[in-house]
Amino acid sequence: MQTQLAELPWLTILIVVPAVAALLIWLVKPLRRAARPIGLAVSVLVLAGAAVMVSAFDTSDAAAYQFTTTRSWIASFGASYDVGVNGLGLVLVLLAALLVPIVLLAAWNEVSLPAGVVAARASDALVYRQAGYVALVLVLESLMIAVFSARDVFFFYILFEAMLIPVYFMIGVYGGANRRYAAIKFLLYSLAGGLIMLAGVIALYFQTDGGPQAFRIDNLANAVDDPTLQMWLFLAFFVAFAIKAPMWPVHTWLPDAAQQGPPGTSVLLVGVLDKVGTFGMIALCLPLFPDAAKAAAPVIIALALISIIYGGLVAIGQNDLMRMIAFTSVSHFGFIVLGIFVGTQTGLTGSMVYMVAHGVSTAAMFLIAGFLTQRGGSQDMRSYSGMQRITPVIAGTFLVSGLASLALPGLSGFVPEYLVLLGSFQLHPAVGAIAVIGVVLAALYILMAYQRIFTGEPLEGRKSLTDLGGREKWVVAVLVAAILFLGFYPAPVLDVLAPVADQFAVILGSAS
Amino acid sequence: MDTLNLSWLLIAIPLASAGVLLVLGRRVDRWGHWLGVLASAASAAGAIAMLVELLGRGAADRSVGVHLFRWIPAGDLNVDAGLLVDPLSLTFVLLITFVGTLIHIYAVAYMEHDTDRRRFFAYLNLFVAAMLVLVLADSYALLFLGWEGVGLASYLLIGFWNYRSDYAVAAKKAFVMNRVGDMGMLVAMMALFATFGSVNYETVFAAAEGTNQGVLTLVGLMLLVGACGKSAQFPLQAWLGDAMAGPTPVSALIHAATMVTAGVYLIVRSGPIFEGAPTAQLVVVIIGAITLLFGAIIGCAKDDLKKALAASTMSQIGYMILAAGLGPIGYAFAIFHLVTHGFFKAGMFLGAGSVMHGMGEEVDMRRFGGLRRYMKVTYATFAFGWLAILGVPPFSGFWSKDKIIEAAFVGEGWRPLVFGSVALLGAGITAFYMSRLFFMTFHGEKRWNDGHSSTPDTAIARTPVQHPHESPRLMTVPMIVLAVGSVALGGLLSIGGVFTSWLEPVTGVVGDHEPVLPVWLLMTLTLAVVVVGLVLAWRQYAASSVPVIALAGSVLTRAARKDLYQDEVNDGLLVQPGQYLTRSLVYGDRQVIDGAVGGLGRVMVRLGDVTRRLQTGYVRSYAATMTIGLVALVAVVLATRI
Repeated sequence: MQTQLAELPWLTILIVVPAVAALLIWLVKPLRRAARPIGLAVSVLVLAGAAVMVSAFDTSDAAAYQFTTTRSWIASFGASYDVGVNGLGLVLVLLAALLVPIVLLAAWNEVSLPAGVVAARASDALVYRQAGYVALVLVLESLMIAVFSARDVFFFYILFEAMLIPVYFMIGVYGGANRRYAAIKFLLYSLAGGLIMLAGVIALYFQTDGGPQAFRIDNLANAVDDPTLQMWLFLAFFVAFAIKAPMWPVHTWLPDAAQQGPPGTSVLLVGVLDKVGTFGMIALCLPLFPDAAKAAAPVIIALALISIIYGGLVAIGQNDLMRMIAFTSVSHFGFIVLGIFVGTQTGLTGSMVYMVAHGVSTAAMFLIAGFLTQRGGSQDMRSYSGMQRITPVIAGTFLVSGLASLALPGLSGFVPEYLVLLGSFQLHPAVGAIAVIGVVLAALYILMAYQRIFTGEPLEGRKSLTDLGGREKWVVAVLVAAILFLGFYPAPVLDVLAPVADQFAVILGSAS
Repeated sequence: MDTLNLSWLLIAIPLASAGVLLVLGRRVDRWGHWLGVLASAASAAGAIAMLVELLGRGAADRSVGVHLFRWIPAGDLNVDAGLLVDPLSLTFVLLITFVGTLIHIYAVAYMEHDTDRRRFFAYLNLFVAAMLVLVLADSYALLFLGWEGVGLASYLLIGFWNYRSDYAVAAKKAFVMNRVGDMGMLVAMMALFATFGSVNYETVFAAAEGTNQGVLTLVGLMLLVGACGKSAQFPLQAWLGDAMAGPTPVSALIHAATMVTAGVYLIVRSGPIFEGAPTAQLVVVIIGAITLLFGAIIGCAKDDLKKALAASTMSQIGYMILAAGLGPIGYAFAIFHLVTHGFFKAGMFLGAGSVMHGMGEEVDMRRFGGLRRYMKVTYATFAFGWLAILGVPPFSGFWSKDKIIEAAFVGEGWRPLVFGSVALLGAGITAFYMSRLFFMTFHGEKRWNDGHSSTPDTAIARTPVQHPHESPRLMTVPMIVLAVGSVALGGLLSIGGVFTSWLEPVTGVVGDHEPVLPVWLLMTLTLAVVVVGLVLAWRQYAASSVPVIALAGSVLTRAARKDLYQDEVNDGLLVQPGQYLTRSLVYGDRQVIDGAVGGLGRVMVRLGDVTRRLQTGYVRSYAATMTIGLVALVAVVLATRI
């Protein structure tokens, strides 16, 4: 039974199904009215498929790529359709598949019309907009699953760029007042990174022996002998990934995107898409350019430490709730990148768990913050006070996700941050000692936000706001359950990630 | 064996109860508090069963590991969730569950009129569960889970009435200062992992002997930083006074009897590390000595009943930390004092709550006075706690504190004289401020408005009319039980050295150590300074009248009232520079880093305006344009290849 299931081309199915569903919603007009239930059903199906994959995954061989499918694609320049996942790809596919239905459910009634639409046509226009959002999310889901399973550099690159399109519209069309600025800024940053990476991809091709499968990652390991060239190529990939991650100092697109984008978009953007950056660092940068990665590691570690401290400090100073969450992510991505480049098995395991844990806790924070700010009509924390008395469920669940974000033991954030810290100290005590400052900053930015919004005397104008409804409670309950699960019993996740870390940490050569 | 395998239930029951109370919400308002009491009582019953089981074994077999589940199997680091049941952890388990249950019962009445009583009990249960994890853990990682868990419970309970902004600030302050301590804990664990490849007690302690002293010193000092945060020791003490914002049962359970003593537990538990690091031990003793004086001095000046008790707690924990730093000769007495203190201080806090209950939530001792006639049970139970903390024989504190003073006088060179004298001096100051507190509250003339005042113009007459009355049975019974402990526990546990020999499997067997001064002299001296302190307080606060409005006071009094300027120091050294840094970074992020990109972005927006007709705003055309763009991109790539 298990072997039979494992033989199905699961990844291809999970990539194709949401894409086809999105296409149908786009092309077949009558389907648009039912876009939301269709989208939810399809995304739940994808989640079920991902769950089957997890159950069929051979944990004892988690570092090996499984569910592989290889087809020739553009043989003339060595690009092939090559998918497969190891433990890391598996959990990220699962993360994407989990968050998409949650985002669709959370955004059920939150897509609204922009001002100025004629009332007579409002109903049709709303249906159109809602269907558009669902279709974009499904397209994005397809691309996300594909990118985490891509095993061909060119295929990866195409997906990396293609993902920008749905996100661009999700911010630029469905976002807040200043959405166009945020969307274009996002696009510019990403395109800049993409172009640099494209140059790297092309240059890389000339280093291969050619052939129809030249771009397969397996065939590219150690393809670049010349250290100078390897460093240039490494930088081309790394810069693109650092922008996506986002790392200091190329992080400034994220706060605007998060501030302007709808909460659901921020969830997918920060929770999953940004992980493509750190995923790429692990899956591409380390095996393709091992010597360069090792040589650049000290600089990258310094940048990661700056990200941790800087992101935390700037988060403390924010008034806009969504921007605040965005800056906390800059700090968290600092931890992830740090764990990758300290080159210890413990640190790398921590980084990989961090990617999942941060996805879940940030999703919860963005969505709960979204529920609050949509009700209150403002993202400015100063315009709230004493909300714990008015909306206790929002307050309690925001606190839980915030505590997960500040790495309280027993919640999702702790185990990964702990592992990264332990792994960093192994490399050098100073690295661990600097990174640990992030722990205090996290307490400050989370608890200051909680204090400003939820404590004190309730404001007169805010007393009529309602607490979470049934649908919203389910959305949050799933995320809180995931937060607790990752905090108390992360063993299943660690079991599939630690072997991958074993394999990749060796590359930086300082594995203990 | 079977009983101990179920010890996880002690944690699981209050945790589950907390979960039920929080998830079911208002639906269980009617009986939620009783569920909380029941959960805590169930843990206490389990603790007694464990005690029976352990007492049935030989001393050598009283350390039992209980494996629960794989927690962090991360390859190089492998941490299992496991419990360590031994005399040390079980002592704490008994203290936490027994005192905890009494305080739960008390809180049923104390919080009766609070609309959020159910939530209060959820947090109390959460605290009990986390505190049990802290003491039962068999690794530093799991201890840290409990450590932060009690910090969370403390945060939630200090801020229980956080609709008052200052209370919300107090809660945050406590959590953040604890986090500073936690940095130390984390660095200690990092160093342990880097050195031993593990953070399990068993592995670490087995390997500690013979390890590089520098490493052990680092670990010891970092653990001390953690202990300072949690136990409100200098220089991380500033949060404890503000923590009195929490409801009084919280102050009794968390900020007197149990959580704040976790630092002492940590140091005693980590004995094998500290024994290999004499420098770290010395620093522990110094911190303990500083804090015991610091707290005692503050305690002399506070007029807020709860804050005076908090200062006393800080000072008493200073004694414990000092003892813990003395090494094996001090361990057992540190824990012994911790237990007796848990009883008498919790009892006095509950008494303070009872006074506040009867006096319309007033906490200013200058507005008390003569309450002994109105609240007889509270007065009597408080009196026993007072005698216990003074160390008057044969009350509990005598047995534990005198031993610490004796131990402080053991050793060679300057240390026994300095540390012993500090401990001795502290005993005198303690006698003064605790007697001051006691007399101001229960003795002297009334300084509150009883409604019969003939001179309506005085400051007293302008305050609300008070009808002091004894508290209900649910509150007095726990106070009585704790008072019995304050009277008898110390003596009972000293008979034949039963308590110290119970702890011996953990703290080690200690031979006879003679203090530098004869024991009889030390006892006489201690008693003498206590009597001096008591008499001074009697003359000033019971025999003569106490001003309702505090006098300006000397420089020292004014400094002590302001907690020796601890907040001003922290503010100037950390808070203000931090705020300045944050503000400039936020500005820089917008203006400098984003500036370059922003300019480019504005150009593109303008470009977008020009080409607006192409971008009709519909998803379709955007997507089509972008797809064409991408295809073009691919085509370019193909073209360059061919």
